[in-house]
Amino acid sequence: MVTLLSDNIIEIKKVNFYYGASKALTDVTMDFKKNKVTALIGPSGCGKSTLLRLLNRMNDLIDGTRVEGEVVFEDRNIYDPDVDPVEIRRRIGMVFQKPNPFPKSIFNNITYGPKLGGVKNRSELEALVEQSLKQASLWNEVKDILNQSAMMLSGGQQQRICIARALAMKPDVLLMDEPTSALDPVSTAKIEELIEELKKKYTIIIVTHNMQQAARISDYTGFFYLGKLIEYNPTEKLFTTPDVKQTEEYITGRFG
Amino acid sequence: MTRKLKEKIIKNIFFLLSLVSIFVLGLIVVFLFKEGFPIFKVVSVREFIFGLEWYPTYDPPSFGIWSLIVGSLVVTFFASLIAVPLGVLSAIYVAEIAPPLVKEIFKPVIELLAGLPSVVLGFFGMAVLAPWLQNTFGLPTGLNILNASIMLSIMAVPTISSISEDAIYSVSQEFKEASYALGATKFETIARVVVPAALSGISTAVILGMARAIGETMVVLMVAGGAAAIPESIFDSVRPMPASIAAEMGEAPFRSNHYYALFATGIVLFFMTLFFNLIADYISNKFKQVGSATL
Repeated sequence: MVTLLSDNIIEIKKVNFYYGASKALTDVTMDFKKNKVTALIGPSGCGKSTLLRLLNRMNDLIDGTRVEGEVVFEDRNIYDPDVDPVEIRRRIGMVFQKPNPFPKSIFNNITYGPKLGGVKNRSELEALVEQSLKQASLWNEVKDILNQSAMMLSGGQQQRICIARALAMKPDVLLMDEPTSALDPVSTAKIEELIEELKKKYTIIIVTHNMQQAARISDYTGFFYLGKLIEYNPTEKLFTTPDVKQTEEYITGRFG
Repeated sequence: MTRKLKEKIIKNIFFLLSLVSIFVLGLIVVFLFKEGFPIFKVVSVREFIFGLEWYPTYDPPSFGIWSLIVGSLVVTFFASLIAVPLGVLSAIYVAEIAPPLVKEIFKPVIELLAGLPSVVLGFFGMAVLAPWLQNTFGLPTGLNILNASIMLSIMAVPTISSISEDAIYSVSQEFKEASYALGATKFETIARVVVPAALSGISTAVILGMARAIGETMVVLMVAGGAAAIPESIFDSVRPMPASIAAEMGEAPFRSNHYYALFATGIVLFFMTLFFNLIADYISNKFKQVGSATL
């Protein structure tokens, strides 16, 4: 049963992660709050993206990786042997660093996931496309060109297609791996606005290189360094009165 | 010498060298046409292509190559029927499914198949496959369409497989990740993302494999049986165009009508392979994907 007292949607307990012999994450323990935006920050190679990809078992796709510890989602460790990663990925959506729409029409991009999930009814799919694109605030821009290739859109629009595509799965959690790092400032602002809007319905966990972005959009921030979670606090506290000296040095730009 | 002049000289040397191959190709085509055209003073183009009787040494001779064309098309068709699934599926296996160790063995072995001399394959077809076919199906001869198709498919598989594999391999990892992240299984990802994205490369591979089969000479000369007649079943013998040219060129008197007819057959064959290559080119351009995340 879901524990009603806690508002944590995902709990990570003492997780170690290895790529072959090299250790990428050490003893990470953290909880993600439901319907909040949690940002993961830290210098390159600190393990923040690895942690993100751990949450929907995307790291399974890389040969020679190993996980220790537990990632609990809905009272179940998603790394239990009887858990199907496909099931997890349908519940926990992901948006990538570089916009990666399929070389298919906009319509078929959005319906890709739902069709795999067994939705066949045309009107149901159409409703889903409209709803997802509206949620990604892209509907007005593309409603007349749904049959055109998603590759024809601009980078920012492509990224919003990818967000809409993830939302069409009706996930509980949305993972975003530096979703604006390949975009211009205007598109970035649009995506940030969108995240603000989306957190009413979804739990969002976002990896970002951009500390201002983390400060602007997140409720909680975790700072990673060398595979360890150095500090995890409400965003305002972390950016104004951090508990750890290393965090302060990083956010003030003394290293990283 | 100034740097600029040096650049210019180097550029021109490369230009001349690349011109050589174009020039040679041009000469061959001119020669082919020059030696083939005189036959059309004896028979019309229509009679030549659609004529059912190929009796070049009779008196009076008849020069109709329709049965040779049908022979070529039939063996190519059946060879493709075998080679396309084999080639494409093994490419998918090697590029997407096989563990690294298996891949390291399979890939060079499939490519080695391409290096097998065609006469060896022909010999295998004659000495091993033909008697087996003859005994199993109770046929008058094992040298027939089926035998030639199987042997040709073995020749076409490496072409189809290695070009398809390159196309599949170059499908960007980002598409695959996107698919997995939406809850697709490996098979769904291959069927719905990887293969469609690689389709232009795979089609090109198939067409080039077919072009390879239609132009192949030694195998069809050895195992197709050599009957210049329209076949009625896949156990009938045929005489594909390249086999006919290779078999008869030695006996045809220089610049006789027979000689001209064989060159004209070569022209037809040339247009067929050209056609296949144009299709391959068209497909690979038409389905080329555009956009920032292009393959």
